[in-house]
Amino acid sequence: MVSTISRLPVLILLLVSMAAWAQTARQWLPLAKDGIHDPRNPALRLLQEPAAALSRLPADGAGNQVNWVHALERGVINPRTNILPETQVMVIDVDIYLNLRGGTPIVRFPHRAHTMWLDCTNCHQQLFASKAGANKLSMEAMLKGEQCGVCHGAVAFPLTECARCHNTPRNQPLPVGAIRGS
Amino acid sequence: MRTEFRKFYRPGVLWALALLAAIAGTMITTSEAQAEYGDVVINNHSDAAGMRPVVFPHWFHRVRFRCKVCHADLGFKFKAGGNDINMVKIIDGQFCGSCHNGKVAWAVDSCDLCHSGKPGTPTQVHESTINLLVTPGALTPAPAAAGKR
Ligand code: HEC
Ligand code: HEC
Ligand code: HEC
Ligand code: HEC
Ligand code: HEC
Ligand code: HEC
Repeated sequence: MVSTISRLPVLILLLVSMAAWAQTARQWLPLAKDGIHDPRNPALRLLQEPAAALSRLPADGAGNQVNWVHALERGVINPRTNILPETQVMVIDVDIYLNLRGGTPIVRFPHRAHTMWLDCTNCHQQLFASKAGANKLSMEAMLKGEQCGVCHGAVAFPLTECARCHNTPRNQPLPVGAIRGS
Repeated sequence: MRTEFRKFYRPGVLWALALLAAIAGTMITTSEAQAEYGDVVINNHSDAAGMRPVVFPHWFHRVRFRCKVCHADLGFKFKAGGNDINMVKIIDGQFCGSCHNGKVAWAVDSCDLCHSGKPGTPTQVHESTINLLVTPGALTPAPAAAGKR
């Protein structure tokens, strides 16, 4: 009996903290409180609140708390591919396996998820030479905002999501014909 | 699960520590005011010209346009404040003016919708905490600017 009573506060604390966690799970600050918008701007109320748009999109735990790959693949959003009529749109479905010699899981770089959003010239040839294994990649450079870190950490899902890049176990053989990078 | 976890962090306890620090950092900072991920403040000229700094929301635009529209077709470089944008160029139909022309989106006369930032906010992209840990002070204003206050 005594032990049940003494356990109660712990249980309550646990439930409260779980509720608090569920609350923080998907929440967006109102613009007036986000620290960069001027709350005295009379036009602020004309702008869309992040929660109004983002709460309808597939969930994720980091960045905008939206899984943008799913949002696009499932057709929840259909952002325009061009505004200049002559623009060529090219999507390629080639995976490149990176980090083959490291200790963390292998990185499968999917061209498809990228070329759905980006143009080849956004990466080739300045950020990366388009030749498997030709680039010297490093996690430290990425954390400084270079290489993959140009986008991952600023606009695309952040670098804290280790397993989304380090997505392929090292103890299993790679698929037949896999393209091997560095 | 446990062995998976151990395998992941085998190459260095340092990485695990960095990660923990990052998580702790995120928890601390999310309790304060924090802009939406990917929001860009552009303030090369605005403060000096007596206008509020410009806030560009990536989340709002990427629902409507893929990255390549702006970063390939329209030539925006991947650098906050790195495109030397000004009103002459915008009215001439470059940068924001490629769309904010009354055709693709509302025109330049709605000044306050773009110039919506807190005065004094430096040019920045609201990025993830882990990056800030590696390059501390990325968001603090340059010493020269701070000295002026
Ligand atoms: C590729 C076209 C395009 C470009 C380039 C563009 N915008 Fe927009 N923007 C839009 C569209 C479309 C809307 C939505 C208009 C509407 O709702 O009628 C919009 C809306 C906005 C909004 C309002 C968001 C809200 O909450 O309603 C802001 C602020 C904004 N743009 C700022 C900018 C700034 C600053 C730039 C340049 C740095 C820029 N935009 C460049 C297309 C563009
Ligand atoms: C945007 C994708 C991406 C994310 C997110 C990412 N990494 Fe990496 N990481 C890479 C790539 C690519 C390499 C390969 C470098 C090479 O080929 O040598 C790498 C290499 C590494 C290495 C050095 C090689 C090794 O395995 O020992 C470590 C350690 C590492 N990552 C740890 C992490 C940790 C910890 C996280 C999460 C905090 C993380 N990474 C998140 C892409 C990523
Ligand atoms: C987000 C950045 C990114 C985009 C966008 C991108 N690539 Fe790549 N690409 C890479 C990376 C990273 C590699 C691997 C380089 C390495 O292994 O060092 C690569 C490798 C390649 C290779 C070499 C494959 C091989 O077998 O050697 C080719 C060819 C290529 N890309 C073509 C393209 C084309 C065509 C497009 C546009 C449709 C494109 N890429 C878009 C990042 C990108
Ligand atoms: C030019 C910008 C850019 C660069 C550079 C870039 N990415 Fe990405 N990446 C994106 C975008 C945009 C997405 C879509 C998801 C998002 O926005 O969160 C994405 C998605 C991904 C995904 C898909 C995750 C999933 O759930 O399917 C992986 C994996 C990934 N990136 C790894 C990498 C690696 C590894 C590198 C470096 C070799 C890299 N990216 C470089 C912009 C970039
Ligand atoms: C579509 C978004 C947008 C709209 C609408 C807009 N601006 Fe700007 N404006 C910008 C951007 C981006 C800059 C560059 C900001 C910087 O570097 O400080 C800028 C810079 C300026 C500057 C400083 C540089 C220069 O060209 O002199 C002034 C002054 C200015 N805007 C006034 C205005 C006024 C007045 C209006 C309304 C008639 C207006 N802007 C509407 C986006 C916009
Ligand atoms: C409507 C236009 C538009 C779209 C769409 C867009 N961007 Fe941007 N992007 C900008 C502008 C404007 C800036 C700031 C440039 C400046 O300040 O001069 C920027 C800056 C950036 C930066 C630099 C941030 C830094 O570290 O300084 C990155 C990275 C970036 N964008 C990635 C992306 C990715 C990835 C996508 C697609 C998921 C995307 N952008 C979609 C307009 C756009």
